[in-house]
Amino acid sequence: MWSRQRGRLKPLCCGVEELRCRRREREAALRKARREQQLVSKRLLRDEALEEAEEGCVAMIFGEAEIQQFLRLAQRGTEEKEREGALVSLRRGLQRPETQQTFIRLEGSIRTLVGLLTSNQALLQLEAARCLHELSHSEQSAVVEACLPATSYLLTYLSGHSSDFIELCLYTLGNLIVESEAVRRQLLPQGIVPALAACIQSPHLTVLEALGYALSQLLQAKEAPEKIIPSASTDSSVLGSTLPQHMLQLLQPGPKLNLGVAVEFAWCLHYIICSQVNNALLITQGALSTLGLLLLDLAGAVQRTEDAGLELLACPVFRCLSNLLTEAAAEAVGGQLQLRDERVVAALFILLQFLLQKQPSLLPEGLWLLNNLTANSPSFCTSLLSLDLIEPLLHLLSVSNVVLTVLCNVAEKGPAYCQRLWPGPLLSSLLDTLAFSDTEVVGQSLELLQLLFLYQPGAAQAFLQQSGLQALQRHEEVAQLQDRVHALQQTALHG
Amino acid sequence: MQLPPALHARLAGAPGSAEPLPVERDPAARTAPFRFAPRPVRFPREHDFFEEGDVQRHLYLQDVLTQVGGAPERPRVPEFTCQVAGCCQVFDALEDYEHHYHTLHRNVCSFCKRAFPSGHLLDTHILEWHDSLFQILAERQDMYQCLVEGCTEKFRTSRDRKEHLVMRHLYPVDFRFDKPRKSRGPVMPGAAEQVLAEAPGDDGVPSEVDAMEVCSEHVEPPPAPAGERRAYSHRIPSTICFGQGASRGFKRAKKRNKHQ
Repeated sequence: MWSRQRGRLKPLCCGVEELRCRRREREAALRKARREQQLVSKRLLRDEALEEAEEGCVAMIFGEAEIQQFLRLAQRGTEEKEREGALVSLRRGLQRPETQQTFIRLEGSIRTLVGLLTSNQALLQLEAARCLHELSHSEQSAVVEACLPATSYLLTYLSGHSSDFIELCLYTLGNLIVESEAVRRQLLPQGIVPALAACIQSPHLTVLEALGYALSQLLQAKEAPEKIIPSASTDSSVLGSTLPQHMLQLLQPGPKLNLGVAVEFAWCLHYIICSQVNNALLITQGALSTLGLLLLDLAGAVQRTEDAGLELLACPVFRCLSNLLTEAAAEAVGGQLQLRDERVVAALFILLQFLLQKQPSLLPEGLWLLNNLTANSPSFCTSLLSLDLIEPLLHLLSVSNVVLTVLCNVAEKGPAYCQRLWPGPLLSSLLDTLAFSDTEVVGQSLELLQLLFLYQPGAAQAFLQQSGLQALQRHEEVAQLQDRVHALQQTALHG
Repeated sequence: MQLPPALHARLAGAPGSAEPLPVERDPAARTAPFRFAPRPVRFPREHDFFEEGDVQRHLYLQDVLTQVGGAPERPRVPEFTCQVAGCCQVFDALEDYEHHYHTLHRNVCSFCKRAFPSGHLLDTHILEWHDSLFQILAERQDMYQCLVEGCTEKFRTSRDRKEHLVMRHLYPVDFRFDKPRKSRGPVMPGAAEQVLAEAPGDDGVPSEVDAMEVCSEHVEPPPAPAGERRAYSHRIPSTICFGQGASRGFKRAKKRNKHQ
């Protein structure tokens, strides 16, 4: 069963329309960043407007004297509550960039904070960690890099047992990781990868989700394909660690599967796979099998619940499966049941239907998977036919011309396949697509027509009867299309 | 998009599939000008195809991260005391107690009562401080294990290990969990010189601490005659307040009960 952990979204004070508008702005900003390949950036990590709206009272700016006082009180106060309170006040203040700047410039401040972080007073430790967390969020490099003296301790604490504290350390580390390659160049030799590998055995879901986040940031780093993922790189290698096996375990469907955790590790897996470092290794560890089962589980979940967020998992699962299927090693394990199991195709279509309603922009990714499944698989092409999925597939023609590619995948396997494509809505759909001006789409339609003419007697005839020739005519002068148009005209007329 | 009604049932059914239809290709199929060939497609990391999904992913992350970091609402419970002998810390939230317990009582050395942040460090401590066999072996071979999880290097001395930690792993020189044991006498449990917050006028920098641990501040020092305390004064007291900028060691013995 899918257990959604604590809902993270608190009620907000702005109206629905404002929210929608805000979301569109955020999307636009992210899209721009993505195009500039700046998606993993500190600035985009938090939604500042959201934060301000939630704050209620805006944090004050503290000066040097105040900060010193808080620190002194935290360090040497007699009353525990007093000491804790001082750190809480400091933490609130550190939400302001001005206070952050003042803090890091104050001599001994970080040292004191690290001292409190490593103190024996549990609650002070927690608050000190929260202060560090605030600093780690800053957009100013100087502020973030001021946290560096604490990293060896953050990593040490990952082997502890206090789940809240570890979760905080992980999110802080995640922020530090994003900051710069320089920061990562310290974290890697300090053993962040083995520390994460040890920590991933934690039973706490909150810890696992935080770990997945931190790891996903590490794997997204520009230098990850060369320096972080490959097993050849000494102690900082992800593929050389036990992380992949644990990740796959956490993605196993079953009663323990948690959506928040699964989302993070599915994305981690995606970043590893699309870096194309050693996907064969992942396949031997059962990645294809696990992901296939997960796909089935996901399709089941989609039918059962209204749960927001399943598309967040569907997307990386599609990507991982699709990319893995291109590996030579995938062919070798093609004998595995999952890769011939027609339930995989059924699941994919259920998910496509779900996405059509929930997040149509992700449909191309699902269709990409369908292409990779059917390209070299008579088994999956047969499944498409035997499960009656051609008509639903045609419904998605307007979404992407990968639909045509998939149909070609089926048709090119010969007469037995084309027979099952005929008669039916296929012809009229093709006549529709021939009316498009997009050369790519028309080109694919021509390829499909050729296969149908070749393998299905009567297809050419039917085509002619439905004014197919006129449909072809409008493309006679188009450079990329003319040869094929003429060939088809010949075939249609003369057989 | 209408799906065939049998599809959902099929999903719930047993694994397997119908026998694949026979494949029979005509060579004319791939003759020019036609060029279709089925092929699985692969997209690398930065490909534009991933833009949409990536944007959705980051929108989600923004929502998640914006909620992280603030102190969560903790359900308050009636005050209760830590049940560990000698500890009188009071709590009104279970999560606070959890962290306290794990920090102070979980990885505790049964010989000298020092607490450690992890089982790994505790094990290393016991080995290096309380295992006489270790001392013997250490004279002849490299026994001091690197503290970084995953690093298998071993060293002849504690100092060599520290150098390795600093040079190879970029650890701070004053890493709190790697203080050498000063062997000026047997390490014995019980002697507790409780050195508390430092006197005013100090620069706030903790001086060299001999202990490799986190202390249990609330353990009451067992009574010991003044003479004995002096004898132990060079060693590491078993319970030291730690990480609060207090200076450690015998130098401060005179002031140690200031805040008692």
